Amino acid sequence: MINSIEVKSLCRNFGSFKALQDVSLVVKPGETLALFGHNGAGKTTLLKVMSTVMKPSSGSVEYGGRDIHKDSGIVRANLGVISHRSFLYSSLTAYDNLVFYSKLYGVVDREKRIKQLLSSLGLKARMYDKVGTYSRGMQQKLSIARALLHQPGIVLMDEPESGLDNKASESLWKLLSEEQRTVVFTHHNLEKGFAAADRVMILSRGKVFFAPDGKCSLAELQDAYSASLETA
Amino acid sequence: MKELRYAFTIASKDVLTEIRTREVLSSVVIFAVLVIIIFNFAFGSSEQAAGLVAPGILWVTFAFTGILSLNRSFIMEKEEDCIEGLMVAPLSREAVYLGKFFGNTFFILLIQLIVIPIFSLLFNISFFNLELVTITILATLGFASVGTLFAAMAVNTRARELVLPVLFFPVITPVLIAAVNASAQVLDGQSFGAISQWMGVMGAFDVIFIVASYLIFSFIIEE
Repeated sequence: MINSIEVKSLCRNFGSFKALQDVSLVVKPGETLALFGHNGAGKTTLLKVMSTVMKPSSGSVEYGGRDIHKDSGIVRANLGVISHRSFLYSSLTAYDNLVFYSKLYGVVDREKRIKQLLSSLGLKARMYDKVGTYSRGMQQKLSIARALLHQPGIVLMDEPESGLDNKASESLWKLLSEEQRTVVFTHHNLEKGFAAADRVMILSRGKVFFAPDGKCSLAELQDAYSASLETA
Repeated sequence: MKELRYAFTIASKDVLTEIRTREVLSSVVIFAVLVIIIFNFAFGSSEQAAGLVAPGILWVTFAFTGILSLNRSFIMEKEEDCIEGLMVAPLSREAVYLGKFFGNTFFILLIQLIVIPIFSLLFNISFFNLELVTITILATLGFASVGTLFAAMAVNTRARELVLPVLFFPVITPVLIAAVNASAQVLDGQSFGAISQWMGVMGAFDVIFIVASYLIFSFIIEE
């Protein structure tokens, strides 16, 4: 299973605007990294580049030593992505959506896997309802099921807890911890993000502002975050 | 082979979405019938008028309805950023293009299958012969190949309903001209041999634009 991440000198420009400047990071297998930063700091852009949705202007991203563009098929088969948006078709039922994605990921025994995930997230009773009739929180739960369908080694999550109640947030982290997964996520809440992560990183204006090698204290993170807001 | 399997999975998802919503087919068919009825009132249904204007009316109708259907095909991918869901899945961007192309071709052909009998009835013309079926398939492939690419480009713009026709119609003109002329000649009683040059134009257009769109598509959705 591919489950280590190495980002080297990543830059991403939008015209003259530099969204990411020389961002490097390493995430070891099974480690969870929380990304923080003010609005526009580059968190979402970084996750988009890391998830192969966007090409970098320069630099590289490797998962388990494999370049995300040269070995894109293998890399993507081991990648689960939870975004601001659900990637779900509102006109289809939850079950239809998961069947569709499980076909794309070549999930074996898909019926069992779909029902297992929907049960874990408390959505089984409404699996044949159209996603358009779901609340925001339910859509987010289904989005989690979609991302974990193929049991990826690496999970990238952009604000994964938005719209989730406490119980659903617990289910998310429980599901993630069932197997050894490498996780990179963004969070707007320092305390919650800090509690869920092994390591933290703060981005500011597209650059790495704070990236301690090991686990830092919450107070250190809060101080660094406050300092990053001053430079924003 | 794997790429084709992914493409058919995407196309079947589009068909399933349409079965669940019946959004595109019903509105596009109603629109097509209205356009044909308006033309029928304007030009009449005499044999002389039908022979003269029917092929033009039919292909203009298909071009308009094609636009509506093509526009919708990527709007559903844009809602909730589903296109990104396809981009992070382990399939090539080209497979996504093929999937959308197959889906669009299917829908345009289905619309034609419903609209042509109504057209035949109103204009008193039989449209069901091998020559006209071949023309329809060749022209549809051309519409869908270019339309799928441009729909992917247009969906990221604010005025996508305007952008798609502005991009689509100038490029599709050779197919439209060839389809109208070939249909007119067939309705005039001519056989395959007489329309072979128009068939050639459509066939060449299809090959060029399917290959070109297939190759360009990844740059369009990544930028």
